[in-house]
Amino acid sequence: MEDSFFQTMKLTFELAAFTTLILLFIGIPIAYFLSQTKSAFKPAIEAIVSLPLVLPPSVLGFYLLLAFSPKNSFGEWLETNFDLRLVFSFEGLVVASVIFSLPFMVHPIQSGLSALPKNFSHAAYTLGKSKINTLFFVLLPNIRSSLLTGIVISFAHTIGEFGVVLMMGGNIAGETRVASIAIYDEVEALNYATANQYAMTLFIISFAILLLVYAINRHFMHSGIR
Amino acid sequence: MIKLNFSKKLLGAEGTFNLTINEEIPKEKLSILFGKSGAGKSTILRILAGLTKPESGEITVDGEVWFSSAKKIDLPPQKRSIGFVFQDYALFPNMTILGNLLYALDDKSDKKLVDEILELTELRELKDLKPQLLSGGQQQRVAVARALVRKPKILLLDEPLSALDFAMRAKLQDEFLNIQHKLKTTTLLVTHDISEVYKLGDFVYELQNGKISQKGAPSDIFGGVGISGKFKFNGEIVAITKSDILYIVSVLVDNEVVKAVAGKKEVQNLKVGSRVVLSSKAFNPLIISAHP
Repeated sequence: MEDSFFQTMKLTFELAAFTTLILLFIGIPIAYFLSQTKSAFKPAIEAIVSLPLVLPPSVLGFYLLLAFSPKNSFGEWLETNFDLRLVFSFEGLVVASVIFSLPFMVHPIQSGLSALPKNFSHAAYTLGKSKINTLFFVLLPNIRSSLLTGIVISFAHTIGEFGVVLMMGGNIAGETRVASIAIYDEVEALNYATANQYAMTLFIISFAILLLVYAINRHFMHSGIR
Repeated sequence: MIKLNFSKKLLGAEGTFNLTINEEIPKEKLSILFGKSGAGKSTILRILAGLTKPESGEITVDGEVWFSSAKKIDLPPQKRSIGFVFQDYALFPNMTILGNLLYALDDKSDKKLVDEILELTELRELKDLKPQLLSGGQQQRVAVARALVRKPKILLLDEPLSALDFAMRAKLQDEFLNIQHKLKTTTLLVTHDISEVYKLGDFVYELQNGKISQKGAPSDIFGGVGISGKFKFNGEIVAITKSDILYIVSVLVDNEVVKAVAGKKEVQNLKVGSRVVLSSKAFNPLIISAHP
């Protein structure tokens, strides 16, 4: 029992960590693009990014399940070319979680970048700095609190995710069984004590993470950094 | 030689108008673009910097084409040798003063230049502070210092002193003149403050309705004022006190408080903080040598 508890918790945090790391790499360019562009496609891209906020996770999970199934062309193509099967696997959970938590990373970074004075980037350009250089040395360091919010909320949200994981991953111990699924499973089996062990752990960790974020953001505010 | 020849459609308070400029800006001089707000002064600076694109025309600096609609050339701001001081200074809050200057430096080995500029702008003591801890006047100096670090061919200043109070403005104008005389950087400064034109400008362009309406030395353009046989100072009221039947109005002119008397009626229109012109017929000036 103890072993399976730690295995599940480890998997849960691994999933959240991978998802957050990937989201950071994907989220910064998307947020930067959205904060700069005047393109007519902007509303469409914003709508797509925000979809996971309003859709039931089961809808997203259902379509991802169909798309990644080896019986369909995309799933088959992944399997023959990359030997990658995304349904009922850890890799699949990571992909699904990245899509599902995308708005939680993009929104804070985008609003952070949009709130910076336009003249920051213009000043950097007149100092001979490229757009990439400006982004990494001027813009991002001045939205530290937005970055932190994006990272932590994405992480916490991935830990708390249930529907997508259930649809995409199922409940394979050591592969796709994460804490939220385990709680559901244990309650079904009337193992309330184990369910409580999972639930209380999630409760405490989530609270601790959020407390830390708000404390750090307060520190940023006081030192004049957004 | 800097040649500007372009046009750009702008949206003003009274609808769209065309900004049409065809001028040469003298080298190593401080030229001033003067005009009402909304006249398009800042746009001219932004076009020169490559931050705004004109519809047509050509901009050349020392024979190098920066923009040409005919030849389809439009150098990005990074490739133009400019220093830009923004109205809000745009100092980077994540870097110290020294950090801001070093970030601007192209050749990282040239730290000596940064030292010299810190010295010249009297910022050496403050170099390890973050800009948000500085006063407005100090931030303004950092912005100028940062713009100078790249040794630009043209220094562009967009209403650089407008956010400061009168006394600080006067002090920085002096410092700025001092720097300009030492470095002889070709400078184009935008202002709507006529006293600034007088104090700083070697040459002034007045912008009206999207066109340069007058140009020349400040005293030629605003000539009537200079030769009327009067003293005339711009100042700010710092106090109004009642004295028997009269009022004493204290006006800050440059760094000195000048007291003038006013009647009850005149005082009604004045309040502390108002900008006023103090003038006097010069029939009995007292002239004392300042350097005996």
